[in-house]
Amino acid sequence: MHHHHLILRVVTKMLVGAIMLFAFYVQFHGDFSPGGGFQAGVIMAVAFILYGIVFGLDKAEQVFPPWLVHKLVALGVLLYAGVGVVSMLLGYNYLDYDAFSPHHPSHGQHWGILLVELGVGITVTGVMVAIYYAFAGRPPPMKDEDW
Amino acid sequence: MIGTFVDIVLFAMLVLTAFAIVKTDRLFAVVMLSGVFSLLSALLFVALDAVDVAFTEAAVGAGISTVLMLGTIALTSRTEKKSSISSPLPFIVVLITGVALVYGTIDMPNFGDAAAPAQQHVAPEYLKGSLEDVEIPNVVTTILASYRGYDTLGETAVVFTAGIGVLLLLSGLGRRRKDEDEEDA
Repeated sequence: MHHHHLILRVVTKMLVGAIMLFAFYVQFHGDFSPGGGFQAGVIMAVAFILYGIVFGLDKAEQVFPPWLVHKLVALGVLLYAGVGVVSMLLGYNYLDYDAFSPHHPSHGQHWGILLVELGVGITVTGVMVAIYYAFAGRPPPMKDEDW
Repeated sequence: MIGTFVDIVLFAMLVLTAFAIVKTDRLFAVVMLSGVFSLLSALLFVALDAVDVAFTEAAVGAGISTVLMLGTIALTSRTEKKSSISSPLPFIVVLITGVALVYGTIDMPNFGDAAAPAQQHVAPEYLKGSLEDVEIPNVVTTILASYRGYDTLGETAVVFTAGIGVLLLLSGLGRRRKDEDEEDA
């Protein structure tokens, strides 16, 4: 298993970093260009899934342990909902981002949008990787040659 | 002129892919073709200037769905089960639905029509507010995260719920199988 797919392994090693960088770009540049939490989350998950497909599930789970993935799934939603709760505690409506910078409402909006998009991205990454782990972790009834 | 030509080519390829999916019974090929279908839809969204949607379609539809479908095939079967009865009913249902959908589009406004209902209600306010109040050039992000923040919170909760559901289903099944194996041994 570890001695074939040499080209795939080398190319994957080069690509995974670039894919993650692109995910961060899509995540944090979503205000100015197409993209946002949903797309960035999927792209980030793809980096781990590609790594898992080429190097095996064990290696991927060493890098990104399942317990952490499962925590992230909930953390994203909590972050999103938490932003709303904080804005309520500051005396504004739920999810009214003006609360974060009352003198500069547009700055507050930027902070709010950044945080909720981050929440979306974390949850989507977590869910996608968790589903992949769940699928790939089952005993495969098919051999490699069957494809 | 070129735009129309591109639209026609993309739609023709979309229809061909759909027929190929229906005709093929090898599921590996079907999954790959559905990835092609998603990429073609993404190109159509680009042609409609909906780049955010195209981005999502390419990442989720062509990327993740294909991987998850392959995972499902690995756990189930590689060929489609042949149905023993060939009934005309599904074809009739699809035909009626298709005709109804085409009939529905007759009432729809033209593409890019400024008088379309979708452009009349809150859209002008959002377009203006995104640049002046929120100061974010990508209106899609402003609407998604700020003006329609509740909806997006709901969507995130849906993704969360779906993920938890799949995890519960698959992990429970794995444990049950292991138990059965141990009982057999």
